[in-house]
Amino acid sequence: MKRISGFLFLALLCVFPLFAGDFYINLVSQILIAAIFAMSLNLLVGYGGLTSLGHASFLGFAAYASAWSTTHMGLGVGTSAVISVLATMVMAGLFGMIALRATGLGFLMITLALSQVLWGLAYRWVAVTNGDNGMSGLARPSPFGISLDSGANYYWFTLVVFVIAYWLMAIFVASAFGSALRGTRDQARRMSALGHDVWMIRWITFIYAGFWGAVSGLLYVYYTKYIHPSSLSITASAEGLLSVIAGGSGTLGGPVVGAALLIILKNYASAYVERWNMLLGFVFLFIVLVLPEGIVPGLKRIFSRRQGGQS
Amino acid sequence: MSASVPALEIINLKKFFGGLPATQDVNLQVMPGERRLIIGPNGAGKTTLFNQITGDFLPTSGQIKLFGTDITRLKPHERAHMGLSRTYQIITLFAKDTLVHNVTLGLLGLSPARWNLFKPLGHYQEMEVEARRVLGLVGLGSMADRLVSEIAYGQKRRVEIAMAMAQKPKLLLLDEPLAGLSAEERTTIKELIAAIPKETTLVMIEHDMDTALDLAETVTLLHYGKVIVDGQRDAVIADEKTREVYLGH
Repeated sequence: MKRISGFLFLALLCVFPLFAGDFYINLVSQILIAAIFAMSLNLLVGYGGLTSLGHASFLGFAAYASAWSTTHMGLGVGTSAVISVLATMVMAGLFGMIALRATGLGFLMITLALSQVLWGLAYRWVAVTNGDNGMSGLARPSPFGISLDSGANYYWFTLVVFVIAYWLMAIFVASAFGSALRGTRDQARRMSALGHDVWMIRWITFIYAGFWGAVSGLLYVYYTKYIHPSSLSITASAEGLLSVIAGGSGTLGGPVVGAALLIILKNYASAYVERWNMLLGFVFLFIVLVLPEGIVPGLKRIFSRRQGGQS
Repeated sequence: MSASVPALEIINLKKFFGGLPATQDVNLQVMPGERRLIIGPNGAGKTTLFNQITGDFLPTSGQIKLFGTDITRLKPHERAHMGLSRTYQIITLFAKDTLVHNVTLGLLGLSPARWNLFKPLGHYQEMEVEARRVLGLVGLGSMADRLVSEIAYGQKRRVEIAMAMAQKPKLLLLDEPLAGLSAEERTTIKELIAAIPKETTLVMIEHDMDTALDLAETVTLLHYGKVIVDGQRDAVIADEKTREVYLGH
């Protein structure tokens, strides 16, 4: 039943551009990109118990790396994509070595500090990043010679990447390694006494989350064809974290729902309400009060309780 | 391995928490197959000693050897791979998971499968079969699919032991395995511990002397982080210092 509804939903997503207008196609593209970003953060927050407030580092770094290597070094978009993702993973490896000296609040503060360093660099290192003006005039890739310049084509491209990302992250959390990762979240000390290398498990997860963060960064920079330091800001990281928590951390669908909510609110509310951030705050406050475990697990709980009452 | 190499050897072990000595010049030898009971009043440094053997705390100075190998500076997980396993005084289980998943995590810790990012845990059926077998040994076979949070305290104690036993450790540290149990449950756990094969060397902290003394061959009395008396069970019990410090009569 669950599988059938999943396939129906996917089929709906596939044919969506055939009947929807450009505004909605672009809206869903944004949601899919934000969802990959939130899902990658969820690997750390939900499955690893490591709350990061610096996940935008990976998105922003990969986006800047791609922008810089195509405009300054004249690399092709494909080559630059591979290099950007690899470079982001190396950076995640280094950041992980620093941040994973701590857990809990310490980890959160270090990830925040590291991402603020990148944000400051993006602002100040004008020769490379063009500072506050951002980098524009960027190109989208054209895989197999198919131009992605139209909204619909780019939507399908994003959808393909999203499906692959969702599938691979689902395999990751269900794997033997994923079980060990959840173990380190719940009882780190016991896990090391059982022979699990807790630090290494977390570090590998940090790099893997960095990989998908980088992928979302590439999709983002191809979508906007522009990159600005604000993509590295604490706001960008916090929005990802809000998506994860509101949707339901430690579930596969939760971050997707959270990201969809965030993007829809951002796009609609900002058109009508000037202080749309405040509205966003209220919505999330409401979720935390009514469904403290997040939308997806919360609705599941309510639904199963209702079913239990009927039978 | 010759029988003369101790399973566990502790040499001049010292541990200070700030200025507070928790372990003072502890020397200890446990031979392979031995059943050693560690006793001492509250705050004698028994659990602190365990935590240094497992690597949760690093000692201030001194040496710890496992079957002749110096493990003083090794990480806890590295010690686990050398055949060291433990249980906790305060139940430390994965409450939201099933019993069989708990024990499987123990088996996974020593299996190369723990680094597999693609195959699901369920793919390794031999681990699940083994986990169920060990749960059967501790009398929880029929409850293997229940969540830890749903079972009784005494049963959780048995899961603690099952998790350690599944790893087939060469040296097993039991930290107050009888704590908080009813008389009936104590008998059950006592039988479980008595049935642990001799290939596993046992070191046990326990307050319940009536039960624990039956299991022990040798006894070490700790007081203020020092070894006060150490030797054969009956000799230690008969010792005047034991009566003074611990038995109180």
